[in-house]
Amino acid sequence: MKVLVAIKRVVDANVKIRVKSDHSDVDLANVKMAINPFCEIAVEEAIRLKEKGVASEVIAVSVGDDRCQEQLRTALALGADRALQVKTDVAVEPLGVAKLLNAIAVKEGCDLVVLGKQSIDSDNNQTGQMLAAIGNMSQGTFASEVVCEEGQISVTREVDGGLQKLALQLPAVVTTDLRLNEPRFASLPNIMKAKRKPLAVLTPDELSVDVTPRLCTLSVVSPSEREAGVIVSNVAELVEKLKTEAGVL
Amino acid sequence: MTASILVIADHNNAQLNAVTLNTLQAAVELKAATGSAISVLVAGHQCDTVATEAAAVADVDQVIVIDDATLQNQLAESVAPAVVALTQESSYSHILSAATSFGKDLLPRVAALLDVSQISEIIEVVDAETFVRPIYAGNALATIKSSDAIKVMSVRGTAFDAVAATGGAAEQNRFSVTISNELSRFVSEEKIISERPELTSAAIIISGGRGMQSGENFPMLEKVADKLGAAVGASRAAVDAGFVANDMQVGQTGKIVAPDLYIAVGISGAIQHLAGMKDSKVIVAINKDVEAPIFGVADYGLVADLFEAVPELEQSLS
Repeated sequence: MKVLVAIKRVVDANVKIRVKSDHSDVDLANVKMAINPFCEIAVEEAIRLKEKGVASEVIAVSVGDDRCQEQLRTALALGADRALQVKTDVAVEPLGVAKLLNAIAVKEGCDLVVLGKQSIDSDNNQTGQMLAAIGNMSQGTFASEVVCEEGQISVTREVDGGLQKLALQLPAVVTTDLRLNEPRFASLPNIMKAKRKPLAVLTPDELSVDVTPRLCTLSVVSPSEREAGVIVSNVAELVEKLKTEAGVL
Repeated sequence: MTASILVIADHNNAQLNAVTLNTLQAAVELKAATGSAISVLVAGHQCDTVATEAAAVADVDQVIVIDDATLQNQLAESVAPAVVALTQESSYSHILSAATSFGKDLLPRVAALLDVSQISEIIEVVDAETFVRPIYAGNALATIKSSDAIKVMSVRGTAFDAVAATGGAAEQNRFSVTISNELSRFVSEEKIISERPELTSAAIIISGGRGMQSGENFPMLEKVADKLGAAVGASRAAVDAGFVANDMQVGQTGKIVAPDLYIAVGISGAIQHLAGMKDSKVIVAINKDVEAPIFGVADYGLVADLFEAVPELEQSLS
C-alpha cells in the first residue's frame, strides 16, 4: 500500500522563541528551523513500513512556502520515495491542511496517512483527526505502536490513564506520539541521493481546496515570567518554609 | 430559540471526570458573555450515573444523554457523528471539551465534520468569539478571534477553576441517533491502577527526572507522595528512558498540571517540561546541578543529592 506522510517545517525544538515587539507574532527571523519532531517520527514509521514490505511507496508532503522543500529533502534523505509541496505563502490552519492532505491521499490512492500528533509551534493537535473526519477514515491518534495486519492495522495509543489498543480499517490515519520509534539520521550518501529524488509542487487551487483562514490572531504576547525564588540550605529549612512561608504543607 | 453552549462530558460511563467541572467554568464565562444556556452531553453506554452527576453540577441547564452500545469505548469515529447529529437537532454557538486524551482525539473530528476550525487548549475567554491560548509550549500566548458560526474549542483544565459539583438540578433529556462504526474497533486497554490522585487534579505533585537514574528509584518519590497525598509525575527524559509509564509524563506533550505544590526531583527543567508545570502555585526543585534551569522557575531550590535529600524529606514529613 502507498503511505502518505505529512511533515511541517517548524522552529527547532531547542530554540527559545521571542515575541515580536509589535505583538503580531513570534519572531522567526534568522531562527534555526527543522522538521517538527513528531513529523520526524512519522517519517521514520513510514520508512519502517516500507522496509517491512508493508508500504510499497512512501510519499512525503508538506504545506508551505518554498523553504519547506528543505524539510521535504530531509524526508527524502531519510528514505521517502518522492515528495510533494503544496505551495502557499500564507499560514494554513489545520482544517485547510487536512483538506489538502485528503485531496492528495485520494489522488494518490494512499491507504495510510501518518502524521505527527502535534506541531511544536502552534501546538494544535488537530490535523490528523480532521483529515480522518474529512476522508471518513479511521484514526489512531497518539500512537506508540503500529502493527499492520491483513486489511487492517492495530494501533496502541497513549491515553490518559494508560494504553489503549484499537483495530483500524483501511484507509486509516495514524498520528505519532514520542515513543513510537527513534528516528534515524540521514547518511551523507542518502542526502546526496535525495537531491535527485522527485519533488513536485502543487497549489491549493489545483487540489480545489479553499484554505481561507477562519481564525484571526489579534495579538501574541510573552507569558508573565516566573521569578526564581530562594535557595534553601537543607531539607529542614525547605520543609519549614513550605509550612510557614508558602503554607502548602 | 437562541443557540446554546454544549460541553462534552469526559467520563468513563461510571463517573464524571473532574476536569469537566473546569471545562464548565469556561462555559459559565461564555454564558456570561452571551446569555446562552449550558448543555452537557453525556455520550456513552449505561452512563446514567454520569448523567445524574452532571445534572447536579451548578450552572448546568440541561443534560443530554446519548446512550448506545456503540459508544461504550467512546471512540471518536462513533462519538463525532453523534455530536454532529445533535448539532443538527439543536443550535449551538460553542462546543467545548476538556483537553484530555479523549477531548483531543474527538474534538477535531467534530470540528472538521462541521467544517469549522478548532481552537485548542484555551486558557482564557475574552468574549464570545475571542480566546487566549498558549503556543510554542507556552512560551507565547495568542489571542485568537474565530469567525466560524460554531466555535469548537478544547479547554485547558488547569486554567479554569472548577465549578461546584453540586447545587444544580438540570433536566435530563435523551437523544436517540443511529450510530454505527465500521471504521475502528476497541481491542483492549491497560489502565494504570493507582491509589494516588490523578496528576491533573492533584493538589501536590512530586515528579522525577533523569536524575532518578532508574525506575527502581521511583518508590522513593512514592513514599513522599503517600505522606503528602500527592501524585507522582515524571519528565519526558524519565519516560523516554523507560523509568516509568508514559501516563506519568508532565510537559508540553504530556500532562499539563498546576498543583498548589510541585516538587521537581532530579529534573533539569527543559522548556518542554516547564511548559507542563510552570503554572503551579509553588515550585520546589531538588537537583545537585546548581546550573539546572529548573532553579530559574523554582520558588524554593535545594542543591543536593536527591538520594540523600528525598529520604530525609520523607522522614521530616512524619
